[in-house]
Amino acid sequence: MSRLIRLCIVLASLVAGLAITPQRAVAAPEDLAAGLALIAKDSFNDTIAGIDAIARSGAPHSAALVEALQDRRLLIDTANQKVFYRDAAGAVRDAQSNDVAADPPANLTAVRLNNRVRGAVNAAIGALSLMNPDPVRRIQAAQAVMKSRDPAALPVLEAAIAAEKIANVRMELQLAWAAVTFNKADASLDKRQEAVALLREAGTRDAVSILRSLPADAATPLREATSSAISSIEQRLALWGYAQNIWYGVSLGSVLLIAAIGLAITFGVMGVINMAHGEMVMLGAYTTFVVQEFFRTSAPGLFDYSLAVAIPLAFLVAGGIGVAIERGVIRHLYGRPLETLLATWGISLILQQAVRTTFGPTNREVGTPQFMSGAMEVGGLVITWNRLYIVIFAGLIFVGLLLALRYTPLGLHMRAVTQNRRMASSMGIRTGRVDALTFGLGSGIAGLAGVALSQIDNVSPNLGQSYIIDSFLVVVFGGVGNLWGTLVGALSIGMANKLLEPYAGAVLGKIVLLVAIIFFIQKRPRGLFALKGRAVEA
Amino acid sequence: MITRALLTDDRTGKWFLAIVLGLAVVVPLLHLAMPPSSPFHISTATMALLGKYLCFALLALSLDLVWGYCGILSLGHGAFFALGGYAMGMYLMRQIGTRGVYAHPVLPDFMVFLNWKELPWYWYGFENAWFAFLMVMAVPGLLAFVFGWFAFRSRVTGVYLSIITQALTYALMLAFFRNDMGFGGNNGLTDFKDILGFPVQANTTRAALFAVSALALVLGYLVARAIVASRLGKVLVSIRDAESRTRFLGYRVEHYKTFVFTVSAIMAGIAGALYVPQVGIINPSEFTPANSIEVVIWVAVGGRGTLAGAALGAVLVNFAKTTFTTGFLAPYWLFMLGALFVLVTIWLPKGILGTLYDFWARRRPNEEPDAKPASVPQPAE
Repeated sequence: MSRLIRLCIVLASLVAGLAITPQRAVAAPEDLAAGLALIAKDSFNDTIAGIDAIARSGAPHSAALVEALQDRRLLIDTANQKVFYRDAAGAVRDAQSNDVAADPPANLTAVRLNNRVRGAVNAAIGALSLMNPDPVRRIQAAQAVMKSRDPAALPVLEAAIAAEKIANVRMELQLAWAAVTFNKADASLDKRQEAVALLREAGTRDAVSILRSLPADAATPLREATSSAISSIEQRLALWGYAQNIWYGVSLGSVLLIAAIGLAITFGVMGVINMAHGEMVMLGAYTTFVVQEFFRTSAPGLFDYSLAVAIPLAFLVAGGIGVAIERGVIRHLYGRPLETLLATWGISLILQQAVRTTFGPTNREVGTPQFMSGAMEVGGLVITWNRLYIVIFAGLIFVGLLLALRYTPLGLHMRAVTQNRRMASSMGIRTGRVDALTFGLGSGIAGLAGVALSQIDNVSPNLGQSYIIDSFLVVVFGGVGNLWGTLVGALSIGMANKLLEPYAGAVLGKIVLLVAIIFFIQKRPRGLFALKGRAVEA
Repeated sequence: MITRALLTDDRTGKWFLAIVLGLAVVVPLLHLAMPPSSPFHISTATMALLGKYLCFALLALSLDLVWGYCGILSLGHGAFFALGGYAMGMYLMRQIGTRGVYAHPVLPDFMVFLNWKELPWYWYGFENAWFAFLMVMAVPGLLAFVFGWFAFRSRVTGVYLSIITQALTYALMLAFFRNDMGFGGNNGLTDFKDILGFPVQANTTRAALFAVSALALVLGYLVARAIVASRLGKVLVSIRDAESRTRFLGYRVEHYKTFVFTVSAIMAGIAGALYVPQVGIINPSEFTPANSIEVVIWVAVGGRGTLAGAALGAVLVNFAKTTFTTGFLAPYWLFMLGALFVLVTIWLPKGILGTLYDFWARRRPNEEPDAKPASVPQPAE
């Protein structure tokens, strides 16, 4: 495979070489002869000088020659000091004229390589592919040159920059040029200053490490420019790092939000912490798995649409089981919230074990649709698509729920029961029915959370367990009976978690957060947004 | 004498204490005196298992004291149990001395392994038995006191309290899993050699540990009984049944709650300390929130607010667990445990003993029942 790719590079650079030769003033055919003469001596230093000369020569087959050297296909006829190479097809060709040698000498020896020579070969290949017609190749070549910082590539690089028309490829080339020029001790001060400016503008970690490599004996203005560039880049990077952490915080917060919001409404309406809530999430994730399996086997072409089926189905499955739990168990435990907590814990054990016996204890693989994989870059931020979609999904659920509570009859009843159950009952609201539907709604949303989590987490029977304690904390932190409380709770816990992580480490950060929440509850025992009124303090 | 005063109208308690004291004598005797070939011989494994049950019974008893009589559903008693266990484990680690793998005179093996140079300050003193045994009670007690002081003063009640005790347990679990904490990370503390100069593995030591566990259970029962039978116990029950009303009557509810929570945590810590030398290991998995919830179901099965019932529930559920987690029924154990949670809360809200009390009370309407059955509290919600 890699041979094939290399062959492509060779061919492509051959074509490129042909295409650009006429424009290039620096192309010097005599370099080829000189280079070959150096190589014929077969000493490592001469070979390296020879490679540079060949790369400079601009001969159409120079890439093929360097490539041959790398694969030990570059051959010397020591007696006549002539150089040949064996091409990919196996034919022996004359290195100077690139003609197939009609009668190659019998005692050809391969040119010897050591690591220094290999380094020179790689740099030369990088330089040669700077002219590749494929822009992706050119970018790769520019990055390779940037890493090697080989001054030999400079003339080719300059030619490439002059010929380049695509803006971002041109930028990469210029960066590579800056990296090389900056490191070249004999380049003029102006050029090196220009390189510093370019690197400063690029503002990447690579740029910093290039700038840091400046020797201490460099000219003072250059040193000053460099150190100011370094501090400016680092400041910018720190800022982007901060932004990245905030994004991670938002992302974690949105995950907590979808995991906790269903819990919040059941807790708000019924005063019950549903310990089986995590298992509803898990059931949603397994529903996604089953739907995807179905798509894989019967309609692989429609795989990208599997989530569109999984989302409503997960809602129905988890919601249906939720209603069943409410009617079967919780209904009998009215007014005994602590017992309800125990009973739902028992249900969570049963559901976990049921899934474990059905699907096995190991992780199940849930695929990511095409449009959700990969990442995009915004400035210095890396945002993966699946996280972005989950943030959007969480927002949609939140807004949807908010509207449902505000404008539907069920929402009205739910709010009434939350505020004062007995009064609502006296006004003719069937509280039992409201309870069942609320529980179904909360569980259904947990199922939706499961679909989302299946995209970023392992789908295993323990999936729910890993979110449940965090979800509880979000709910008690945010306060009951107010979705905004849950939103604020989820986002602030997610954000605090991610902002603490760089300083304290993941585990210690989490511990600090838990302790902080425990203290917070002391201050505000009913959470951030507590319901006011007599109903609360019964 | 005090004992007699405590037990005058507690017939169940008399039976309970008689059984436990009987076990304390009979089991070690059958283990040590009977030859292994005799059908009456009790093997080391069986005795260790029974000893474990006794520790769990004490843990359940401590939870019943706060949940059954004061309405505080603590999901953090597993943490107090584990803290007591760790205090004992630290003492046992220091007793290993130079017999560890690295033969370091002071540092336990895992610290040598982590390349630590000296003992962290919080390990000082644990080479002395008296200090370690004091810490077994002081650490859980102090944590419960501070936690309870803040939580009860702020009137964190009901489900909220359960959730933050669970968060506490979870935070402690995460903390003890860290190697940097200096408690052996996820391997915990193990490979013990001596306790008070006697080898931990010896049959006589094990028999003595068993007897001590039984005595601790007896003592724990008497303390709990003394509390609930006193005036203070009456206030606790009234807090459970109508917290606001009790407060309006002039009682400092938070003081009562903090007191009983602390006592209960100390009992849990002692249970953990006795558990560790019998099992031979303590690790952070004891802090798992699920463990603490399981303790609650022991109490619920036996009957909350009955003390003896909690101990009975602990033994029954754990006996079922050992029976069903081995053999072909193993995959179904979690189904059974889950069903137990659901069925007991719905159909047996008073637990086994509470239901029996009701039954006796109905059979003999003219006679006062032995102990006041704990009526199912109606939390003020």
